Amino acid sequence: MSRHVEQTDAQGGHLSPTSTYLKVGAALLTLTVLTVAISRINLGPWNLVVAMLIASVKAVLVVLFFMHLLHDNKIYGSFFAGALVFLSVLIILTMFDTMDRGDLHAEEAAPIRARAVIYGDDGKPLKKNIHEEKGASEEQHENAAADTTAAEKSIDSTD
Amino acid sequence: MAESATHPQYLQHHFADAVQQRESSKLGMWIFIVTEVLFFGGLFAAYAIYRAWNPEIFHNAHTALNWKLGAINTMVLITSSLTIALAIRSLQVDRPKPAQHYLWVTLLLAATFMVIKYFEYAHKFHLGELPGKYYTYTGIEGTNPHVFFSIYFVMTGLHGLHVLVGMGVIFWMILRTRRGEFGAQYYTPVEVTGLYWHLVDMIWIYLFPLLYLVG
Amino acid sequence: MSDTVATAPIESRIAVPKQIDPKTGLPRPNFLQDGGKGLKSWLFTLDHKRIAVLYLITISVAFFLGGIFALLIRLELFEPGKQFFNAEQYNKLFTLHGAIMIFLFIIPSIPAILGNFVLPLQIGAKDVAFPRLNLASWYIYVFGSLFAIASIIISAADTGWTFYTPYSSSSSSTAVIPMTIGVFILGFSSIFTGLNFIVTVHKLRTPGMTWFKMPLMIWGLYATAIIQVLATPVLGITVLLLILERAFGIGIFDPAMGGDPVLYQHFFWFYSHPAVYIMILPGMGIISELITAFSRRKIFGYTFIAFSSMAIALVSFLVWGHHMFVSGQSEIAVMIFSFLTFMVAIPSAIKVFNWTVTLYKGSIVFSVPMLYALSFLFLFTIGGLTGLMIGTLSVDVHLHDTYFIVAHFHYVMVGGTVMALMGGLFYWWPKIWGRMYNRTWALVGWILTFVGFNMTFFTQFILGARGMPRRYWTYLDQYQPLHGFSSVGSFILGIGFLISAIVLFVAVHHGRPAGSNPWGALTLEWTQTTSPPVEHNFDGEAVYEHGPYDYDKVIPKVSI
Repeated sequence: MSRHVEQTDAQGGHLSPTSTYLKVGAALLTLTVLTVAISRINLGPWNLVVAMLIASVKAVLVVLFFMHLLHDNKIYGSFFAGALVFLSVLIILTMFDTMDRGDLHAEEAAPIRARAVIYGDDGKPLKKNIHEEKGASEEQHENAAADTTAAEKSIDSTD
Repeated sequence: MAESATHPQYLQHHFADAVQQRESSKLGMWIFIVTEVLFFGGLFAAYAIYRAWNPEIFHNAHTALNWKLGAINTMVLITSSLTIALAIRSLQVDRPKPAQHYLWVTLLLAATFMVIKYFEYAHKFHLGELPGKYYTYTGIEGTNPHVFFSIYFVMTGLHGLHVLVGMGVIFWMILRTRRGEFGAQYYTPVEVTGLYWHLVDMIWIYLFPLLYLVG
Repeated sequence: MSDTVATAPIESRIAVPKQIDPKTGLPRPNFLQDGGKGLKSWLFTLDHKRIAVLYLITISVAFFLGGIFALLIRLELFEPGKQFFNAEQYNKLFTLHGAIMIFLFIIPSIPAILGNFVLPLQIGAKDVAFPRLNLASWYIYVFGSLFAIASIIISAADTGWTFYTPYSSSSSSTAVIPMTIGVFILGFSSIFTGLNFIVTVHKLRTPGMTWFKMPLMIWGLYATAIIQVLATPVLGITVLLLILERAFGIGIFDPAMGGDPVLYQHFFWFYSHPAVYIMILPGMGIISELITAFSRRKIFGYTFIAFSSMAIALVSFLVWGHHMFVSGQSEIAVMIFSFLTFMVAIPSAIKVFNWTVTLYKGSIVFSVPMLYALSFLFLFTIGGLTGLMIGTLSVDVHLHDTYFIVAHFHYVMVGGTVMALMGGLFYWWPKIWGRMYNRTWALVGWILTFVGFNMTFFTQFILGARGMPRRYWTYLDQYQPLHGFSSVGSFILGIGFLISAIVLFVAVHHGRPAGSNPWGALTLEWTQTTSPPVEHNFDGEAVYEHGPYDYDKVIPKVSI
């Protein structure tokens, strides 16, 4: 009813006017409509960014007004922010691994044993033993990926 | 113990005063919220990783989700957050009757959310769009949508479980409000229930675009 | 130059709490009697001190069980080939030893037993912030433990305590789900304890006790609690996904359905690395108490130790990938994790320096708790330095999954945490029960523990460096002398623990009655409570009068 005068309740907690809640609620619903509308437009990778930005604005509104963090003790906000920081650590550091596995699966298969033969999906040998071309004495393997891919192809070892 | 001005019935003996008790309760709930953020966060991490690996699968598979129902559910939950905030405000100005009404509306909206959810799930079960090894639907382009549906069901299922628990707690708050336990002097349990409920709402605010509106 | 004391030390104005009721001449009723006798009064208690005792009993049972499995392992490994168990059974032995020791024993141990008892006393509070939640934590602990133990009876898991996929999610035919449900439930116990302690420390400190006037034990427990609430939920979701994968084949860790087994490792270690700091930080808190009390000295660098606890808690979340150096992670990830691992060692080192400097020119008392504290300094340093060795990417490639790793973590967990726990138990035993233990037998227990421990585990550094892999049921003949020596050591270690347990147990009813402050320490639980404390801890309100380590300013009132 009045202009926004800082009101407190009987316990000294901050009392938000009803209009504040209604305005925030309306904003949240509007932003939802906006999210859906923007998603119908193709912005490529930016769709995700925009959607997350709008969602974050909504989350901030919920946290600051519905959950009273704007007027409450800062300690609650610090704990909540801390949770978000460590969640980010989980996602970011894990993705340092998952996004950069490299060409692990693109390595050409090399047999583990010198005389082994690699079979294709049709049951016929793919090619002669690669190592016979390089020199059978060399049992050096370029990388462990070769073993992994070779194992995946279920080498039928003659030994 | 007899009630008095300095020792109201709701004040527990190990607290020095009501303010300490109220602030402790709120801090406790905020810390619980922290644990929930990390708990769901693991699923968001899995989502991020798998979507980054398989953008086409996520794009193709998400069409199986009904964005209209998802949007309605989002608005239902946002409104329920509003009503529970208004319930707490009513208690702050010592009006428990409207508070009770707002809590009932919140409960009703939460139930609506679950009903819509039920219809969504039923539709998917019918089509065979199920998690992991139970997946049988063939109508989606591309390979291996299993992981998308696994993530979808685990995230929304876990969220739904939290909605159900929230409904139970809100109902309990309604009972206590009817018994006259809350007013301007003391409304902390409803306040912390509200904090929990807002968290449930916030998680859905992120779930909706990530699952239903994939680019 | 030595410190010159500006003023002569003063006596405290606070009277020693009366152990004897002046009207009746009998000992005052304490928490062991007040609040009721009989099982129901204990099982429905809200008193943090009684809850601590409940935890003491159940956690001791867990330690005993985990220890039995340890001895069976060492028995089997005495010589190559089968002694008593076949390979499948051996896999179950080490899985159960690990899972029980980690989830049922070491993670709850110090916070649940000593933290619950001592935290409110040291900050001058009447109880923790949420006493009912505290009791619930204990019941959840018992419930989760029963699930874990039930899984042993059904068909003990054989996956290793780490439950790596895809073996745990697809291939293993053992009771993985009951065990992991148990782990999930136990996680809640840990979370609720952490939550309770954080709120208690923030809100229930007695007036005058600001953050930097708290005992360092509280800082240790607080930092631990932060980790508990941040990390344990991720274990929860990991285990939940594992159960869903195993039960419903959701495919998240299964390559055939587009999943990734290494993702499990990321999620698992995101919790389990901070978890090891949950294990050590409370122990470090205890060491700060013991070193100061038994060298009669103010702690050197209080602020550094307090901040280092927080630094350890926070940086511990950044290093989990060092458990996965050979899992197939990307090159960039392994390098980042190795670098960050070096960073996390720094705050621990700061603590060890500060404790050592505190000893310098102190008035050392070689009490049993002090001997455990000194053992900690030595053994934890070895454990920590070997941790740096294996945190080095290039070295770990050779040492991963060998006995070197096993030796490292036993040095920090047993040589670190368990030594601190023993020191803490002996230190606070007279406070909890009002009785003193038998020093002679306690010393015997300590010596056997110390000697047995080093026999068992130092040997394993050598075994690992020479190539002996871990989790292997048998081995080449060349490793037998070292394995045999290690096995003998393990039995000596077991006897040492057994003797210490008996000493403590006997003291409860037959120990010489102890006064309120037999050690002459300066923290509130010693200066302002009786031994055992009364139900509401303090007579009236606890008064903050001096700092926790002000041995240079205050003469402690010793009350034997």
